[in-house]
Amino acid sequence: MSVAQQTASGAVVLRTEHLGRSVGDISVVAGISLDVYHGEMLGIVGASGSGKSSLLRLLNRLDEPTSGTVFLDGQDYRQFSPRELRRRVGMVTQRPFLFPGNVAGNIRFGPLQRGEVVADEDIARLLERVGLPGFAGREVANLSGGEQQRVSLARALANRPDILLLDEPTSALDEQAKMGVEQLICSLVKDTSLTCVMVTHDRDQARRMCDRVALLEAGRLIQFGKPAEVLGA
Amino acid sequence: MLKSLFHTQLTLGFAQAGIASVLALAVVLLARRRNIHLESDAAIALLRGIVQIVAVGSILALLLKSPRWTSVFLLTGMIIAAGSISAKRAKNIPGARKVSTYSIAAGAGLVTAVMTWAGVIDTAITSLIPVGSMIIANAMNTNGLALNRFRSEVLAHAGEIETALALGAAPEHTVASYAESSIHASLIPAIDNLRSLGIVWIPGLMTGMLLSGADPLYAAIYQFVVIAMILASSGLTSLLSTMMIRNHAFSAAEQLVLKSSG
Ligand SMILES: Nc1ncnc2c1ncn2[C@@H]1O[C@H](COP(=O)(O)OP(=O)(O)OP(=O)(O)O)[C@@H](O)[C@H]1O
Ligand SMILES: [Mg+2]
Repeated sequence: MSVAQQTASGAVVLRTEHLGRSVGDISVVAGISLDVYHGEMLGIVGASGSGKSSLLRLLNRLDEPTSGTVFLDGQDYRQFSPRELRRRVGMVTQRPFLFPGNVAGNIRFGPLQRGEVVADEDIARLLERVGLPGFAGREVANLSGGEQQRVSLARALANRPDILLLDEPTSALDEQAKMGVEQLICSLVKDTSLTCVMVTHDRDQARRMCDRVALLEAGRLIQFGKPAEVLGA
Repeated sequence: MLKSLFHTQLTLGFAQAGIASVLALAVVLLARRRNIHLESDAAIALLRGIVQIVAVGSILALLLKSPRWTSVFLLTGMIIAAGSISAKRAKNIPGARKVSTYSIAAGAGLVTAVMTWAGVIDTAITSLIPVGSMIIANAMNTNGLALNRFRSEVLAHAGEIETALALGAAPEHTVASYAESSIHASLIPAIDNLRSLGIVWIPGLMTGMLLSGADPLYAAIYQFVVIAMILASSGLTSLLSTMMIRNHAFSAAEQLVLKSSG
C-alpha cells in the first residue's frame, strides 16, 4: 500500500496477515491479507459457503485462526484480552439474538459487562440515532424484524466500538426494512466515522454501500478493490 | 406350600426363581400366540438376570465376612464407574468424565462420609454398601441429567451465547441461566421422590427392612433419611458438575467450543 493512498483514505485500523482457519482438513479461510482504513465501509462478498462469515468471526476472535493473525491499531490482537478486543471490534449478525426483556436492557448489556451503567439519556440518544425514538421500555418480543435489527445495532454501538463487523445485517429483512437499515448503517459510518466490515451476498447492496470490496472464493481472497472494479459496473 | 418341600433357604430360593420364570415364560408363550416373538430375548434375559444376581449375591456373602474398611474401596470403585457412565450424557464436551467423577466423588462421598461419621449410616458393610451405593447411583443420575440438559441448552442457544461473547461478556456469564435450569431440571426426580415418598412408592430399602423384620415405623423414618441424603448429595453433585462443565464449553480465548458441528 502506497503512502499516498494511506493518507488519502486514512490510517489502517485493522490488518489481517495470512489469516486462515482450517477445520479438520477443510480450509474455510485461506491466507487472507487485507487492510481496513479508518472510517471506511469494506464489503466482503462471495458465493454461499465461500467463507465470508468465517472470516468475520476471526476478526473479533469468536473463532481461533489456525494461521496468520490480525493487527488492531498495529498491535497483534492476541495481546488484547478477548473481552477488550470484542468491545473494540463489535459485531451485528443476520439474526439479532436480542436478550429477553426490554430494549433498554439490551442496550445496557455490553457496558454493564465492564460495570458501566448507560444513562437513560444516552439510551434515548442511541435509540433516536437508530430511528427508534421512545422505544426504551418496549419488550423486544413485540418488535418487528427491522426494529429488532436496529436494536441490535444500537446494542453494539453502546459499547463504542472502533470497528463494527456486520454479517448480512439486512438479509433477514423485507425490502422496505432492508433499505431503512441500509441507510442507517451508511449514515452511521459517515457521521461518526465508524469503520465497518460488512458481509453481504447482495452485489447491488455492496455497490451502493461499500468503499472497497473483497471477493472471496473457497476461502481465498481473489479480488480486492473499488466496487466497480471487483463487481463490474 | 414350597416351604414344606424345600428346607434350606438356598434351594427354596432357586425353586421360587424357577416358578417366577415359568410364569414369565408363560406370558412369553401367550405373546407368541399373538405373533409377538419375545422367546429368545426373554429367555436370554432371564438366564442372564439369574446369573448376574447370583454372582452379586455370592460376592455380598463374601464381603459380609471382610473387614469394614473394604467398603471404602468398593464405594470408590462405584464412584469411578458412575463417573464414566454419566459422562456419556455429555458427549463431545471435553473433560466430561473428569468433571462427572469429581462431582460424584465430592457430592456422594461427602454426604456418605459425614453421615457415617455422624452415625446416621452404620459402618457395617451390610449398611454402608447398600446405602452408599444408593447415594452414588442417584448422584450419577442427577449428574447425567444436569450435563445432558446443559449440553442441549448450550447447543440450542449458541447464537445468544456468541452474541453475548461478542458484546464482551464473560463466558460463565453467558451460560449462567442455562447452568441454573440444568441444576433445577436435574433435581426434579430427587425432589419428586421426597414428595411422593410413601404415597406413590415404598422404596426398596424400606421393603427390605420390613422383610427382615425391622420395626415398620423405624423403617419408614430411615427411608426418609435415605431420600433426604440422596437429595443433599444429588444437589451438591449437580451444582459442582454444572459449575465445572461451564468452563469446558469455552476455549482459553473465550470462544464457544461446544457446538453441534464440533
Ligand atoms: N466449524 C466448521 N466445521 C466445518 N466446516 C465449517 C465450519 N464452519 C464453516 N465451515 C464451512 O466453511 C465454509 C464457509 O462457511 P461460511 O459460513 O463462512 O460461508 P459464507 O460465505 O458465510 O456463506 P453464506 O453466504 O451461506 O452465509 C462452508 O463450506 C462451511 O460449511
Ligand atoms: Mg454467512
